[in-house]
Amino acid sequence: MAPLTSPPSEAARRGGTAAASAGGDAAGLGRGRAAAFVAPALVLIAVFLVFPALWTLYLGTTDYRLTGIAASEPKFVGAHNYGDVLGDGDFHHSLWLTLQFVLGSAVIGQTLLGFAIAWVMRDRKGLVRRVVEALVLLAWILPGSVIAFLWIALLDRDGGTLNALLGTPGTAWLIDHPMACVIVFNVWHGTAFSMMLYGAALGNVPPSHLETARLAGASTLQTLRDAVLPRIRGHVLTSLLLISLWTFNDFTPFLITAGGPDHRSEIMSVYVYRTALGDGRLGFGAAISLVMILINLVIALVYLRALRERGRREPREAVTA
Amino acid sequence: MNPVVREALRRIGLATFVSAVLGFFALPLLWLAFTPFDANPGIAASLPDFTLHNFKILMDNPYALESMRNSVLLAAGTALLVVVCAALAAYALSRVRVPGRDALLYVLLLLSSIITGTAAMVPIFLLAFNLHLIDSRLGVVLVLTGGLLPAAIFLLKDFTDATPTSYEEAARVFGASPLQILRHVVVPVIRPGLATVGVWTVAQVWGDFLMPFLLLRNPDKAPASVIMYTFYTEGGQPDLPLISTFSLLYSLPVVVMYLFVSRRYGFRFHGGIKR
Repeated sequence: MAPLTSPPSEAARRGGTAAASAGGDAAGLGRGRAAAFVAPALVLIAVFLVFPALWTLYLGTTDYRLTGIAASEPKFVGAHNYGDVLGDGDFHHSLWLTLQFVLGSAVIGQTLLGFAIAWVMRDRKGLVRRVVEALVLLAWILPGSVIAFLWIALLDRDGGTLNALLGTPGTAWLIDHPMACVIVFNVWHGTAFSMMLYGAALGNVPPSHLETARLAGASTLQTLRDAVLPRIRGHVLTSLLLISLWTFNDFTPFLITAGGPDHRSEIMSVYVYRTALGDGRLGFGAAISLVMILINLVIALVYLRALRERGRREPREAVTA
Repeated sequence: MNPVVREALRRIGLATFVSAVLGFFALPLLWLAFTPFDANPGIAASLPDFTLHNFKILMDNPYALESMRNSVLLAAGTALLVVVCAALAAYALSRVRVPGRDALLYVLLLLSSIITGTAAMVPIFLLAFNLHLIDSRLGVVLVLTGGLLPAAIFLLKDFTDATPTSYEEAARVFGASPLQILRHVVVPVIRPGLATVGVWTVAQVWGDFLMPFLLLRNPDKAPASVIMYTFYTEGGQPDLPLISTFSLLYSLPVVVMYLFVSRRYGFRFHGGIKR
């Protein structure tokens, strides 16, 4: 690293050559120092982000375990783990639950509720709108451990607020309907993003279009279909993919049901934790990890493609994802 | 249908919907708002018989405040590392034309959104194990930093791109060295960006449960998110006075940070790269 106070002539000289080769280098950084500036970040990303993902490929082919002989000297078992994962009944079950979780809570629940709130609040001002937005946002920003307990308390069998309200004392929601609880919980937790996104998107629909639809006597559904949807279609697709990605990787349900009872709410994120760290089958868990990363990759690539196509259609809005 | 009736029905429908939304979102939060101040805290939300005694129970718990301190350490450590590394990288990438830099940033951002803590928990755990970073706060900080850096660099590069280079050129004319320029000219100019990234990092780490849960063993090192979980899963009856006050205290910084950032910069948390 160059000394902090290098003589001006030297700085100017270095800067001069650097500026000649690289336009815009106003501080005279030069390629060498630029590389040194980027290096710490790249090293951290390479070691703690990229390497684990690549390493999964190898780990998934070993019989690595948390304890015992296979912990110190894992053996190479080839594609064995991958075959086991894909043939595992628990894996299929978990995949099915994850599909319910992502479709039910994110694609349907958060999107419809978020859009509905944004639509109803679009031309409102004042207290009601502020209170609704504040509550929805609170559900989003509060720490996972806290909101998980709030829901445990809400759904408690003996003294829970929900049972008191519905007059159904003794109903064990988390035991009788664990998956439904986790899905409703995640709708509550994640609607804020869709609400804000569609709130912003609806601001781009010209008021004259809505006015025309109203004068033509269109019903709300007709207005939404013909005047609003064509305008926000790009936002719908990209936001669906984004919240699917987040929901797929959400670990918060673990804090509420821990996958139980009897694996009935064991979505993928909880399943990989249970097999790898609960049961100690790290090689097997690594194979699941790879499957999850690949699913993430597919969603992300479709997302980027959708974003690019939207950019082509409406170039000005492409940046405001 | 008679337009008056139709309008009335529409209004009733709207009011019902708004009330239902309010009820749905407020119901779970009521417990958090009331119970910490209730002399007889129960599992159901009810109007409190006001007392501050529960906070004394919180102060007397050996793990409660210690875990807040751990959360602060993890959040501050990660924020510091992320801001410094991201600022250096973003500045260099913004000002010096490196071939393929846009593609690089794009790929890094893509990787950080697909290699999440959840999906990669097995290799991350084994990596920490082999580097002897299990039960080390540094390990948690490093893993979280690796995941947050791409988005932080992206945000800061945007910020730096938008600032004119004329100040830096002027400083250079007066003979300032590149590092002096960076410290005395660039940092003050992009300070709002640095603050935004710092607050964003703190918010991400403050609420994170999985990484400390995975990588820390000793309860003395556990942050608030993990200690909170042990409060209601270990032992038979949950200790409601403790859980309620702890939840409130642990949640407050998040709300304050959110208000600060949205007031100051009109910027809303991009739930983005959550791990």
